[in-house]
Amino acid sequence: MAAPKKAAASAPQDKTNGGSPPEFTREQELKALRDMLLIRRFEEKAGQLYGMGAIGGFCHLYIGQEAVVVGMQMALKDGDQVITGYRDHGHMLATGMEANGVMAELTGRRGGYSKGKGGSMHMFSVEKKFYGGHGIVGAQVSLGAGLAFANHYRGNDNVAVTYFGDGAANQGQVYESFNMAELWKLPVIFVIENNRYAMGTAVSRASAQQDFSKRGLSFNIPGHQVDGMDVRAVKAAADEAVAWCRAGKGPVILEMQTYRYRGHSMSDPAKYRTREEVEKVRHDQDPIEQVRNRLLAAKVSEQDLKAIDAEVRDIVNASADFAQHDPEPDAAELWTDVYR
Amino acid sequence: MPIQVLMPALSPTMEKGNLAKWLKKEGETIKSGDVIAEIETDKATMEVEATDEGTLGKILIPEGTADVAVNTPIATILADGESAADLAKAPAPAKPAAEAPPAKAEAPAPKSAAPSAPQAVAEPDPEVPAGTEMVKQTVRDALRDAMAEEMRRDADVFVMGEEVAEYQGAYKVTQGLLQEFGAKRVIDTPITEHGFAGIGVGAAMAGLKPIVEFMTFNFAMQAMDQIINSAAKTLYMSGGQMGCSIVFRGPNGAAARVAAQHSQDYSSWYSHIPGLKVIAPYSAADAKGLLKAAIRDPNPVIFLENEVLYGHTGEVPKLDDYVIPIGKARIVRSGSHVTIISWSNGMTYALKAADELAKDGIEAEVIDLRTLRPMDTETIINSVKKTGRAVTVEEGWAQSGVGAEIAARIMEHAFDYLDAPVTRVSGKDVPMPYAANLEKLALPSAAEVVEAAKAVCYR
Repeated sequence: MAAPKKAAASAPQDKTNGGSPPEFTREQELKALRDMLLIRRFEEKAGQLYGMGAIGGFCHLYIGQEAVVVGMQMALKDGDQVITGYRDHGHMLATGMEANGVMAELTGRRGGYSKGKGGSMHMFSVEKKFYGGHGIVGAQVSLGAGLAFANHYRGNDNVAVTYFGDGAANQGQVYESFNMAELWKLPVIFVIENNRYAMGTAVSRASAQQDFSKRGLSFNIPGHQVDGMDVRAVKAAADEAVAWCRAGKGPVILEMQTYRYRGHSMSDPAKYRTREEVEKVRHDQDPIEQVRNRLLAAKVSEQDLKAIDAEVRDIVNASADFAQHDPEPDAAELWTDVYR
Repeated sequence: MPIQVLMPALSPTMEKGNLAKWLKKEGETIKSGDVIAEIETDKATMEVEATDEGTLGKILIPEGTADVAVNTPIATILADGESAADLAKAPAPAKPAAEAPPAKAEAPAPKSAAPSAPQAVAEPDPEVPAGTEMVKQTVRDALRDAMAEEMRRDADVFVMGEEVAEYQGAYKVTQGLLQEFGAKRVIDTPITEHGFAGIGVGAAMAGLKPIVEFMTFNFAMQAMDQIINSAAKTLYMSGGQMGCSIVFRGPNGAAARVAAQHSQDYSSWYSHIPGLKVIAPYSAADAKGLLKAAIRDPNPVIFLENEVLYGHTGEVPKLDDYVIPIGKARIVRSGSHVTIISWSNGMTYALKAADELAKDGIEAEVIDLRTLRPMDTETIINSVKKTGRAVTVEEGWAQSGVGAEIAARIMEHAFDYLDAPVTRVSGKDVPMPYAANLEKLALPSAAEVVEAAKAVCYR
């Protein structure tokens, strides 16, 4: 892909799936596979637990979009921050948060990251620089610009990766934040996860400009469309965006073209798209299968891949077990953490 | 007949100003639109344009004169054919020279400018050591000093908002901060409340200590989601892991003659929300001590100032570090017959009423809540146990208002001590009208407080 450059009328609009992204090393492929599998298996388990009634409320699964957060994370360093909306379990696992703590939060138990007081959409880890987990569509975009503001204020070279969806991209505060981010050259990467549906509304039915990489044009923010199903393409785009931000050149927009296999939330009626459409993406573009196939082609043994699968399943099963047996929060917790 | 040029008002709340400079001399020809003088307040500077043609006859107020009341004649203009001899004639009906309307429908008496709080029977401030030197300061300057002191103390404190830096603050509260702290820490934002409130909260989540100024709290409606959903709730939703230390401040409540969208009291809106602290000071000293406390507080704090009070002068203790604990009401005047509870500009009515009531032998105890959340129930209850009667005073609407909350708490904790129902004096249940007479009717008044107090005393 082209280097990020100041987007004038000719903002870079390259599709990385046109050319082949840089190859991963075997280690990188294995890490990507493992991290994406962890998210997929975790989410599948969360879906099961939801069906059993162990998880309440809203539960938005990340299945299908794993390459986005895993590829982005591979380009970051210590101190870089991550913030996202409510489809956040994948982001938490990718930043290194423990599966136990995430799953126990989903079940509303005391061992959850928020002691059971936040739930699926509201988890945080100051240690892992994961700033949530926000339930109001678009709110995280201003907040993410604020994280970048703090980096800028402190004069460090950290980057704030701010994820939001194609739906949130239509919120007003997104553009308020774009304006200030570019005006003040804040080190923020706006990652628009375009999974083609805002709840049940297709992008074409909600967005006058469907090329989200152009959404920063009038603010002079460079934007790129990225094949969000190919973890290598994501990593390559992230590397350049991160370098751009660290160099003090301001924000970048990355439109990740991705797809969610599951419903918007667990209560999705699935009437707005066909089963065939979902099946086709799964069959042709699945981010995990892409890596697996490349590894097999590179003569990694089935045995080795199964070992990764087994390790991931163990982590996920242990988290489900923990999340169902950990006690609920003490009643006294009702009154704590309102003020500090 | 010579035309009088009157001292104009720069804003609806201006009552006096300084005549900084005359740009025309006596005898000079003046055309309509000529700038003839410059006037200034502590807040802004403005050019006075002539609206009439002729010759500048006599300068009535020399340049450099301070505290000239709005509508005072400052010069006369002689029409064609008139001479200095005509100056002796009776002045023409007053007509302000500038576009700006006079501050009040009825012209204020020259000395009524910048009313200060009635000082009668003021209780000593328990936070100030006896013998402390006091300095006279406006609420505006006290707020500025509070910010400056905290910014000197902690490099993580910064100010952001519309016109806070180069313009020196829309209401001049941040005057001089840019010069001392630079553009990195005094940040002009675009007009984008939702966005910059969110950026402030995000920066606070990352550990900085922002002071976010809203030009007025009316515009903070655009930022309400970030204030409530992001700032107030995150500590709880993160199980105590991540909060935000941030101050949202700016003028709240009724201004003057700006109608419904720019004149509203948000006290009850914010005081409804667990996770927020809400402060609404009246005096200059409290403005300073409580803003310092707010900036240091690790929680999100809503700091409700009042445009009408900015120019009010009060005694501020000269201490190196004057910090007032959040959540403590103050008994401003003690009395035994009835308790009057208010805060912010409501105190103006409450204190005037207490003076009036004293003339009729009713000694009112006046409590300035200062903090609305957490509310100092104890001070209210102890007073009501003594007086058996309570009147609340607020500019906001009665329904679901702070007065309603106070009344409920009194009922819960001091029901058996009450000798009369708690009575609320509040803003009328209508959007704020523009017309001067209607606006006055929409707001509470000292007379209404007097009436309510007499009613609960069965007098």
